[in-house]
Amino acid sequence: MAEMNMADGHEVDEVENQKRRRFLTGVTAGVGAVGVAVGVTPFVLSMSPSERAKNAGAPVQYDFSKVRAGQMVKVEWRGKPVVLLNRTPEMMAGLGKISASLADPDSEQSLQPGYAQNPERADASRPEFLVMESVCTHLGCSPVEKLAIGPDPQMGDDSQGGFFCPCHGSKFDLAGRVYKDVPATTNMPVPPFKFEGNIIVIGEDDGRTA
Amino acid sequence: MAIHRHDDHKSANGFMEWVDRRMPVTKVWNEHLAEYIAPKNFNFWYYFGSLAILVLVIQLVTGIFLTMHYKPDAALAFASVEYIMRDVPFGWLVRYMHSTGASAFFVIIYMHMFRGIIYGSHREPRELVWLIGCVIFVALMAEAFMGYLLPWGNMSYWGAQVIISLFDVIPYFGPMLTEWIRGDFVVSDATLNRFFAFHVILLPLILVALVFLHLVALHQVGSNNPDGIDIYDNVDEHGKPLDGIPFHPYYTVKDLIGVGVFLMIYFGVIFFAPDLGGIFLEKDNFAPANSLQTPPDIVPLWYFTPFYSILRASTDTLLAFLGVASIAVGVLAAIFVKVKAPWRVAFVVTGLVAYWVFDNTTGKAWGVILMGLAIVCFFLLPWLDRSPVKSIRYRSLPFKIALAIFVVAFFILGYLGMNSPTPVKTLLAQVCTVIYFLFFFLMPWFTSIGKTKPLPERLTSAEH
Repeated sequence: MAEMNMADGHEVDEVENQKRRRFLTGVTAGVGAVGVAVGVTPFVLSMSPSERAKNAGAPVQYDFSKVRAGQMVKVEWRGKPVVLLNRTPEMMAGLGKISASLADPDSEQSLQPGYAQNPERADASRPEFLVMESVCTHLGCSPVEKLAIGPDPQMGDDSQGGFFCPCHGSKFDLAGRVYKDVPATTNMPVPPFKFEGNIIVIGEDDGRTA
Repeated sequence: MAIHRHDDHKSANGFMEWVDRRMPVTKVWNEHLAEYIAPKNFNFWYYFGSLAILVLVIQLVTGIFLTMHYKPDAALAFASVEYIMRDVPFGWLVRYMHSTGASAFFVIIYMHMFRGIIYGSHREPRELVWLIGCVIFVALMAEAFMGYLLPWGNMSYWGAQVIISLFDVIPYFGPMLTEWIRGDFVVSDATLNRFFAFHVILLPLILVALVFLHLVALHQVGSNNPDGIDIYDNVDEHGKPLDGIPFHPYYTVKDLIGVGVFLMIYFGVIFFAPDLGGIFLEKDNFAPANSLQTPPDIVPLWYFTPFYSILRASTDTLLAFLGVASIAVGVLAAIFVKVKAPWRVAFVVTGLVAYWVFDNTTGKAWGVILMGLAIVCFFLLPWLDRSPVKSIRYRSLPFKIALAIFVVAFFILGYLGMNSPTPVKTLLAQVCTVIYFLFFFLMPWFTSIGKTKPLPERLTSAEH
């Protein structure tokens, strides 16, 4: 169309036309991209946890008077296994012996309510009673309990008892604190909990800090 | 109205003439089969490409029949698989064909990839064939991983739990992303349902499309051969390669022999050892999913175990080793590489920075990074390999030694991934992980040293 003998004005028009065409193409593509983003959003969001899944996270109650010293039970809270362990005096004594081989003995990098950030990782009123999500902080497996004190093929010769993750070999003590030089690097989380007489409520602590 | 034909291929008869005017059937048939010229010396290793397509078809067909009886619901899934096994007529056969087919697929793909490495099939001009193939490998792993959740056995459940949790290590977005993938706070019914959708619709579509592109790219550049030389270097007066033969009927017939042998082995496994002693179907998966009870010894299926071992090997010990090693490499490079002084300083500084990074990060994050890198390494092969020849027949000794060590390390990693970790095994896995990455990182060096053998003028093959 742009012939050689066209007047200068026409050629300028031609350049202008090209510019306008490029601008319009760019704007159309831009608006189209916004449209695609808007159109994709509901599909992406439809994959997030549904209202039903969110509502399934209600607190769980358990009568812990049945759990004797040295016994452990697992209850389900939000689909996760939660360990309730009533530790014996020997187990409690063992916690102090191994601090040097732990990665985070004071639980500074780990998840727990303020009232459980202590060597026992338990409520001060019942320090022997451990409430803990039995979920390995490496990749979410549920570690196996090794409650016996003494040599153990996985926990080592001077084991003070603990938890061993069968997936990748992470080791934890009886307060869920992780050992050094294993795949997991933080202690197993302690969920919020409170005591009501002999009943323990997991998943609710009324916002208490101590 | 006249229809203009756009090709000069000869139609077989009047009917095909009618069709060919409207759709290029004869043209496509000729260009991709009857007149697709392939080197005449394909050997054993060249069975696996066509076998991979065969297994893909087996998986698609058996998969369709399985979905007729399977229920993608956490409450029903496990029982519906047992129903297929016990009550559906020949359901056991369809299901075992599918589960054994998955393992067969990976056996074939690993052999196919090994063929590419030994004969230099990833080298110029076949880089895109190789890259698309690597994407197929990744898509296949995603397909297999999602399919493994569907029986809703306890190993299915915890395997998915572990692999999805890998994304938790991404800073800030990790937990949000894993919740989005699972559709819940733990692996649950929502996860099962969406994995079913991906496994039966999305990924099969992607896989078929990628296989199509793999073949389009291959037929653009032509097949490599065990001698790694270009058959178009020796052509007759019509421009046809002297050492080339049409794919059909020569290789279709040869591949049928491969199909026959493959089907004997495949159905042998299906009929006599469908779980192959817990390797093809893991024992813990015969118990239903239990969110409170991790299996005593959680392992992925065998085809993921080399990469799983690399994930597990990443502990503080390995990071300490990598940190010290990066300083050593930096210092050695500064001493021996012939460059100006500022570069030498830069090498040492890079080594120190790497040491600091390894010292201040966790084994968990590096496990995921290393596992990802282990797969990315395959994508880089065409550019890491600097050998002047393609085929292992003419390569220098250093390459052959390095490849042998790599294959041994790969098998050891695979074996270790099937077993529970002990201190000795973890150390062995760490050694093999280092060997695995050294194979790729040192490849530009060991492929460019040593004496290669002279290439032949023509393809070498025994006369029949």
